[in-house]
Amino acid sequence: MHIPDGFLSTPVWLGLDVVSLPAVGYVARRARRELEETRIPLLGVMGAFVFAAQMINFPVGAGTSGHLVGSALLAITLGPGAAAVVMTAILGIQAFVFQDGGVLALGANVFNMAFAGVLAGYLPYHFWGPRRLAFIAGGALSVLAGAALAIVELLVSGVPVPRPALLVSSGIFAVTALLEGLITAAVLEGIEKLNPGFIRKPEKTRPRALAVVGLTAVLLAAVGVLFASAYPDGLESLAESIGIADRARTLFATPLMDYEAQFFGSPWMQKAAAGLAGLALIYGVCLMIGRYVRRQRRA
Amino acid sequence: MSERKPVIEVRGLRFRYADGTMALDGVDFRLYAGETVALFGRNGSGKTTFVHHLNGLLRGEGEVTVCGLPVKKENLPTVRRKIGLVFQDSDEQLFMPTVLEDVAFGPLNLGFGAAEAIEVARAALREVGLESLANKAPYHLSAGEKKRVALAGILAMQPEILVLDEPTTFLDPPSQSQLASLLRSLPQAKLIVTHDANFALALATRAVFFEKGKIVAEGSVEEIVERFQWIPRTLREREFTTHQAE
Amino acid sequence: MHHVVIERWSRGSSVLHSRDARIKLLVTLGYLIALATTPGLTLARAALYAVPIAAGIQLGRLPAGALLARAAVVLPFSATFALFSVIAGDTARAVSLVVKSYLSAAAVLVLVGTTPLPKLLRGMELLGAPRMLTLVVQFLFRYLFVISEHAQHMRLAALCRGSGGARLRFRAAAGAVAVLFARSFGRAEGIHRAMLARGFSGETPALPMVIDAVDVLFLIVGLAAALALRVIPL
Repeated sequence: MHIPDGFLSTPVWLGLDVVSLPAVGYVARRARRELEETRIPLLGVMGAFVFAAQMINFPVGAGTSGHLVGSALLAITLGPGAAAVVMTAILGIQAFVFQDGGVLALGANVFNMAFAGVLAGYLPYHFWGPRRLAFIAGGALSVLAGAALAIVELLVSGVPVPRPALLVSSGIFAVTALLEGLITAAVLEGIEKLNPGFIRKPEKTRPRALAVVGLTAVLLAAVGVLFASAYPDGLESLAESIGIADRARTLFATPLMDYEAQFFGSPWMQKAAAGLAGLALIYGVCLMIGRYVRRQRRA
Repeated sequence: MSERKPVIEVRGLRFRYADGTMALDGVDFRLYAGETVALFGRNGSGKTTFVHHLNGLLRGEGEVTVCGLPVKKENLPTVRRKIGLVFQDSDEQLFMPTVLEDVAFGPLNLGFGAAEAIEVARAALREVGLESLANKAPYHLSAGEKKRVALAGILAMQPEILVLDEPTTFLDPPSQSQLASLLRSLPQAKLIVTHDANFALALATRAVFFEKGKIVAEGSVEEIVERFQWIPRTLREREFTTHQAE
Repeated sequence: MHHVVIERWSRGSSVLHSRDARIKLLVTLGYLIALATTPGLTLARAALYAVPIAAGIQLGRLPAGALLARAAVVLPFSATFALFSVIAGDTARAVSLVVKSYLSAAAVLVLVGTTPLPKLLRGMELLGAPRMLTLVVQFLFRYLFVISEHAQHMRLAALCRGSGGARLRFRAAAGAVAVLFARSFGRAEGIHRAMLARGFSGETPALPMVIDAVDVLFLIVGLAAALALRVIPL
């Protein structure tokens, strides 16, 4: 499920763009240093593999079938950093070429699937090692984390989702998640049989940071879902009342953000200038974070 | 033919894969300027592994010398410039988004400026007769066109030796003859790994036969084809290893 | 394959096709941001926002019907949530969701329909996107067709043989995906060897891009238009 443009409120899509896009740059550069150059064609081809693998149907019974999503599979075979890069590339192609997911919402989709999905898919494997239960849990968690975050983002953006629909979609997500777990496990076992070298050993370095980020994402998603299903209708006002919306607004506080309120009715040129400056600012922030991260890594 | 100094000289080359398989078991081989050698052998006899040693993609024990330079780490850039390797699967070789960019990839790596690289690439495409395809995407090409573009990508690096791994695989007969006449017009020394006896008969001046990681016979193409019964009509066997699910 | 259609459009020639990729990217982003940040989108303003799409289709000599039909892939998703909004009594939001998501998709299609992906990626790179990521996307797109074809063959082969129970077919599908994985892996190694054989040593200098006066004019007009759409009082 990729969020199209026009669904998320400005603080949500902008905030996630500003978080995700530089983060992808950081991960990409780190992955590049960690892995040999072989990996650049490898990551691209693996992205194509995920697309292609989705053409192969897995019968679920009752005449229906599902297909692989792939984030957990990639995380376990390529490592979480490289998997995040591949997932980002896939989401980028889907947004630009297939109109599956918005361009402004790319940050949100990357956050949900390339970061949270990959990490949630990787963690069980990281802790339990290569065993079937870890594969199943990884596949299932990757789907749950991505879907839950997407729902939360939509709800926070004020898109109304009636309670029954939320319940139904939770049920669908649960089934999809279980299926993804089973597919991931079956495919990984097949891959292991072909060549055990394909399954990367869990990395022993910096497990703590990884675990913290991953668990935060999963927790965030879980809390969000509970929260959302407890207060399906009043979520927007609730968010308002506990200050999420406010905080979001101050967090991204630029005079331009709210220019619809402040500049409405002011001269046309002024608004135009504000808009242009806003565009430049977003770009500048992304670029600066990227540069900063690059310098940090070099130092 | 000037048979003084070999452009490729291989002595006692041995190579064992990580899983313990002995792939090359003492190969001695020479290629001289101006000649075209056909390399025959059954699937899995070590032909491709051998070829990958010539430009240092794989490194084994023994001696490999290309144009007088031993193949070792510090010589790799020069060696890879001297030897142009055309891979069996053109899809692996044509990885850039357009034909022109793909052909320019080698020159750019050699340090040519952008304008110069484009010029060289265009010239190479002209040489294989496909200048009109410059802006096409590789997956729009036919198998024969892909092979010639791959060859152009190699020619753009102005190599002294051409090594072709199964060049006729996936090509229909007209494309095969087109490729044969194109190759005949190129002055470089050539080593052609092939199963295709007709193709070898049309092009090669000499043939060697690989078996279990070494060269077991050497002679004229006719002799080798006759001796190993490498007759196409009864032994039309192709390497499907990369394309056939078991 | 679907993506080939867009590929073909993007290799056409028109005023829009010959604009610099960076310029088109920035103008499209300007449009998307204006649209996304418009509060309480009315149908009248939506009609205004449709004008640049029409202009883009016209200038880029794109097939209008096919493009508008392709943009409709967002509609099932949007319509579902629009329905929820209507149920919740928020018709204005329902309109806004459908219109915004549809027009955004159409705008992106005008961009990719007039810009070959390699140029688009190069433009992103010059605007600061990490080269490693754009290279991965480039390889992904290059091999999408090749690997999909493998998958298609395997699917057919499985169909020819598969008549067992769901459990068996599930395992067969898993086996097929595993083989596809191994083959993709081998393919990637082959590509890397081919790159090395042509002197690759980690970084290939990319071809430069040039912005001309028309590009600058297009950028100014495009961004001004996006802002005008956003702020003109109706």
